[in-house]
Amino acid sequence: MRYFIVQTLNGLFSAALLFLIASGLTLAFGVMRIVNIAHGSFSMLGVYVAYTVTRQTGSLLLGVAVALVAVAALGFLMQRFFLRRFASQPLAQMMMTMGFALFFRDAALMIWGGDPFTLTTPAALAGSVDAGGIVFPWYRLFVIAVAALVAVAVWALNSHTLIGARVRATVDDPEMAAATGINVSLLSGGVFAAGAALAALGGVMGGPIIGGYAGMDFDLLPLAFVVVIIGGMGSLKGALVGALVVGMIDNYGKALVPELSYFTLFAPMVLMLALKPTGLYGRA
Amino acid sequence: MLLAVVLLAGPLLMTPYWTGLLTQIVILAILAMSLDLLLGYTGLPSLGHAGFFGVAAYGVGILSTTYQADVWTSAAGGLLTGLVLAALFGLIVSHVRDVYFLMITLALGMVLWGLSYRWIPMTGGDNGISGIPRLEAHLGLPTTGPVPFYYVALLVLAASSVLMVLLVRSPFGLTLRGIRENERRMRSLGFNTWLHCYLSYVLSGAFASVAGVMWAYYNGFVSPTYLDLTASSELFLMVTLGGPATLVGPVLGAGAIVLLKNVMSAYTARWLLVLGLVYIATIMWAPQGIWNLGRRQSG
Repeated sequence: MRYFIVQTLNGLFSAALLFLIASGLTLAFGVMRIVNIAHGSFSMLGVYVAYTVTRQTGSLLLGVAVALVAVAALGFLMQRFFLRRFASQPLAQMMMTMGFALFFRDAALMIWGGDPFTLTTPAALAGSVDAGGIVFPWYRLFVIAVAALVAVAVWALNSHTLIGARVRATVDDPEMAAATGINVSLLSGGVFAAGAALAALGGVMGGPIIGGYAGMDFDLLPLAFVVVIIGGMGSLKGALVGALVVGMIDNYGKALVPELSYFTLFAPMVLMLALKPTGLYGRA
Repeated sequence: MLLAVVLLAGPLLMTPYWTGLLTQIVILAILAMSLDLLLGYTGLPSLGHAGFFGVAAYGVGILSTTYQADVWTSAAGGLLTGLVLAALFGLIVSHVRDVYFLMITLALGMVLWGLSYRWIPMTGGDNGISGIPRLEAHLGLPTTGPVPFYYVALLVLAASSVLMVLLVRSPFGLTLRGIRENERRMRSLGFNTWLHCYLSYVLSGAFASVAGVMWAYYNGFVSPTYLDLTASSELFLMVTLGGPATLVGPVLGAGAIVLLKNVMSAYTARWLLVLGLVYIATIMWAPQGIWNLGRRQSG
């Protein structure tokens, strides 16, 4: 029993990170139909920037803030100057992001070198909680809480504010949205930036445990894709459910049959594709 | 024409280094053309295509070293591995399109990469498999040096190109183009579009496997980098840079990328950086590929 509770909590922790990263991907896809190959790169850049700033200033909080702002700005500029020219050409946009992904990958290697590192766990969250014999690190609980908070915030923003209404209108029909006076290109830039920031947050939150290393961008990307494929592209609810499914399966898979860890991750995706290609909550 | 002359006469005038490069170009041209069948003619963007190439290369590597199989068994085994895999994956991917196709092929490609990386008893993991015999030796021929192998590769390229040209000009190939332009119309005309996409995927995987078998013999070494995402995106760029749906374009693309990679490596280790920039520049200024660009200018 104790084993299962701890494993489930671990699964929740994976799901929390996956949700943070995949929600950004699905947001950008929903509004712009962009399959962003550079999404994993945003997570990687986030954790690298946070690491550098934290080491220079000694403040983890500042590091996180700078990382989020920097990556969001990068995403905004990318959308503004490169992707926007190829609106409604999904293949051209995808390849553009692929070019950026390769560029970022090598640039990160050049700037930060190839040595892996981890962020320090904040002192307030060090140690573990011990409840009736169930020992679980505080930090992981904290990440689960942050992801839950982000999920609620994004949901509230999306369904209860004017910005959210504009985003939803653009998702439904970009041309009609533009005709009603919504600045679709600015909105797209904003959403893309927000998606990038979410990816960076996911990377930074995983920082003390997964850390940063060369190649993490292309490790994270397929995971985010699997989540989005299962949940349905463009759906936030899908990203949440998909992250839970993938997080749990991945965690139990690794714990019970470690040899098959890669298969247990992709098996649900294949199953979903066979049954419902658009994912749980996706639209065709 | 010029291309044909260079390909035919090239190695006789070149140093072994350049012959080696030309061999790489020839083999990767087969691979790029195979992706063109799928990406250019059928309109299905596969981001895991290096997977078949790599799996076929592993097939040759494992059969010829671990099992000491002869050359025909190794080559046929490599080819068959790629083909069976394409037939299986095709069942999963053939009913999805566009961005879904892209993401699924990417994820499947990552599965293959993960397998090659972690199934250490079989694949040697990160170390890969080395000691694949040279083709001449494996065939029991007394010749040595890079030139004979080059002509074998060229022969395979010629045979593959003829097959692929026949394929895209056949009614089947025309149907594929029809599906690319408007699948719904093709379906209402009575074509089984699923089957066409499936066959296109399998055939494309088969030609990629041919390239993989040749590459294993060329390099004598197989490692997981053959089938990672970077390899698939390099391949994707060869087709786009050259010009999709032309078959000739991808050959040029393969040539351009191989030359660029080797020239750049003399000056800098930052190949991916350059590759990324080439990617962005291609989309910005030559989205239809250099072959189509040249054709438009000449008339």
